[in-house]
Amino acid sequence: MDATAVTTEFKPTWVQEKLFLGMTFKEYLRSNYTPFNAVAAFILAIGIPVIMYRLIYGLGPSTNLSDNNPWGIWIGFDMLCGVALAAGGFVIGTAVHLMGMKEYGFLFRPAVLTGFLGYLFAIIALTFDLGRYYRIPYPMVVSWGVNSVLFLVAWHVALYLGCQFVEWCPAIWEWLNLKKLRKIFVKATLAATIFGVCLSMLHQSALGSIFLLMPEKLHPLWYSEYIPLFFFMTAIVGGLAMTIIESMASHRIFSQHIKDHDPAHLDRVTIGLGKATSVTLFAYFFMKAVGLAHGNSWSYLETAYGYWYLVEVLGFVLIPAFALMYAVQNNRVRMVRGWAIVVVIGIVLNRVNHSIIAFNWHLAWADRYVPHWMEVVLTVTVVTIGILTFQWIMNRMPILYDHPDFEPEKH
Amino acid sequence: MHSDRRTFLKILAGTGIATALGSNNSALADIATLRGYPDQFGVLVDTTVCIGCRRCEWACKDWNKLPDQKALREYEKDQAVFQKIRRTNADTFTVVNRFQNPRDGSKHIYVKKQCMHCYEPGCASSCFVKAFTKQPVGAVTYDASLCVGCRYCMAACPFDMPAYQYYNAFTPEVTKCTFCFDRITKEGEVPACVGICPVETMTFGKRTDLIDLAHKKIRDNPGRYVNHVYGENEVGGTSWMYLSAVPFNMIGFRTDLGSVPIPSMSKPFLSLVAPVFIVIPALAMGFYSFKKRRDRLVEEEIKQALEKKKEGK
Repeated sequence: MDATAVTTEFKPTWVQEKLFLGMTFKEYLRSNYTPFNAVAAFILAIGIPVIMYRLIYGLGPSTNLSDNNPWGIWIGFDMLCGVALAAGGFVIGTAVHLMGMKEYGFLFRPAVLTGFLGYLFAIIALTFDLGRYYRIPYPMVVSWGVNSVLFLVAWHVALYLGCQFVEWCPAIWEWLNLKKLRKIFVKATLAATIFGVCLSMLHQSALGSIFLLMPEKLHPLWYSEYIPLFFFMTAIVGGLAMTIIESMASHRIFSQHIKDHDPAHLDRVTIGLGKATSVTLFAYFFMKAVGLAHGNSWSYLETAYGYWYLVEVLGFVLIPAFALMYAVQNNRVRMVRGWAIVVVIGIVLNRVNHSIIAFNWHLAWADRYVPHWMEVVLTVTVVTIGILTFQWIMNRMPILYDHPDFEPEKH
Repeated sequence: MHSDRRTFLKILAGTGIATALGSNNSALADIATLRGYPDQFGVLVDTTVCIGCRRCEWACKDWNKLPDQKALREYEKDQAVFQKIRRTNADTFTVVNRFQNPRDGSKHIYVKKQCMHCYEPGCASSCFVKAFTKQPVGAVTYDASLCVGCRYCMAACPFDMPAYQYYNAFTPEVTKCTFCFDRITKEGEVPACVGICPVETMTFGKRTDLIDLAHKKIRDNPGRYVNHVYGENEVGGTSWMYLSAVPFNMIGFRTDLGSVPIPSMSKPFLSLVAPVFIVIPALAMGFYSFKKRRDRLVEEEIKQALEKKKEGK
């Protein structure tokens, strides 16, 4: 930024202004020499060859998948966790645009952007898992397997990606200064939000329903007719907790973007989100107890799997629910943020338990799945590219602040 | 008001798309009527007869032109493969495993395994591109030209039968026993494995007849079999069925699968799709109009207060 001040007559071109943050190309390159980018570059230097290797040599040499374990961390972590943690867009969208919680309005754009990118990169990660990734549009255009829960997931995730794009568009048009387009898309936001709520409810729960077809493979403590409901509730929890974490991080990292950054307002909103998380966690815990009673799986609690189940349900649901309640009542914002991280770890644990740890539990240990190092590297790479994209957009578009040339969105 | 109506129409359009996508009702009827193939074929495997010659494995590879084929003689000679329990894989659609006989240590029990060709197959209900079809003759066939390679079918199969060509980088396929669909439909023959068996371990025929036969065998030889025809009711019934001298869990079968067909597990959830697209928009619009009204009331209140203030001056 200082460089532009020195060359006073320097007037940035469109490209320089929009893409290079008002710097010349050289300055822009230099501004990218940061420790964060160095780490990212290191990850990409290893990760991109791994991706190429997977695409050229197939799933056999690059993964530990087998005939008994057809799904690994690319489904269990990238897809299941990615989509659950990207639920912030629909949770905040509902609160702000449908219920009129104006206080939370400033969270809408970052939440939608996080949601959109979360879904996008979950789908990108999924393509590496598909045996014939180039056929990814098949369920949409070639053959409709309408009896499949996965069909529902595919369609709804695709449509919901479109909805979130519509919700994000006003920010893009403001960045590019396209007033008319922006007006149209602001109006479409409400419809996109309502349609998005339906789609989210269904595909979030449908991701859980995938396991309904595997009563003999998923451990009885995790298998339940309530799986769709469990996945939906935990997605709400994930969306809320991720919004707490994401808003904390972006208000720290990108604070220079926000002219009248009001930490007290962010704290107030964080407390509100923490309260909602706590309430949903309590409801989820009781639902889990009902599920346990309904399946009559109490006796499994006294096994190794049972102890692990208790770690998940007590350690990452009930304890955080109480802790968040305490933090909210005593107005401890830092505590809310800390426990939000625990809650997110809990969501990841829950999804990984369903898809890997409690899955195929009848198999001998030797036949069980442990991820290949390339699977881990690919996952880390996709997440890194996601974060870089988020950063690129945050630095350019009015996500955290109201663009001065435009009226704020109103519904 | 005007813009509200337009949003509402947009939402209606959205519901329309969803309902068109859903069209679940007719398709669900599809699966529900799968029980209506009364003439379908099946195979009854009498595990008390099998001698473990593995000719069926050879015939399967031969007919399906699978890789790593060896001479028939080598199959009969090779006893080393019995040292561990094998499963089907990309190049092998059927395997014969050996189990200890708890009644008579000197006699082994040999069990042939392959796709069970369920009445209501989990693989077919899991596939989001309809690559699996339950054929009226009883076979569950796979169409590689549709497969995207998600491998949900493998996860959804209660018998762990479908395998995958993990080492095929560009055109991998799911592989499993085809019930020699081409042989039994076009050539009117029995499956290759059934045809080659030297001791008639397997009986090919109408499934209903086979069930009668199985129960007759159990009745006529009370000491020889346990009173259970595996596959008669497992996950709603399968085309391949087994008789055994010992409880089935001792010879590598899962006896905890229940008799509910796998597809019916996800039916209640799928039936929720249309209601969600009707109820949620209605509720959302309700919430939204409450919010609008509340905002308007607040605005009016402020206005009135300001006017009062003015008048007071």
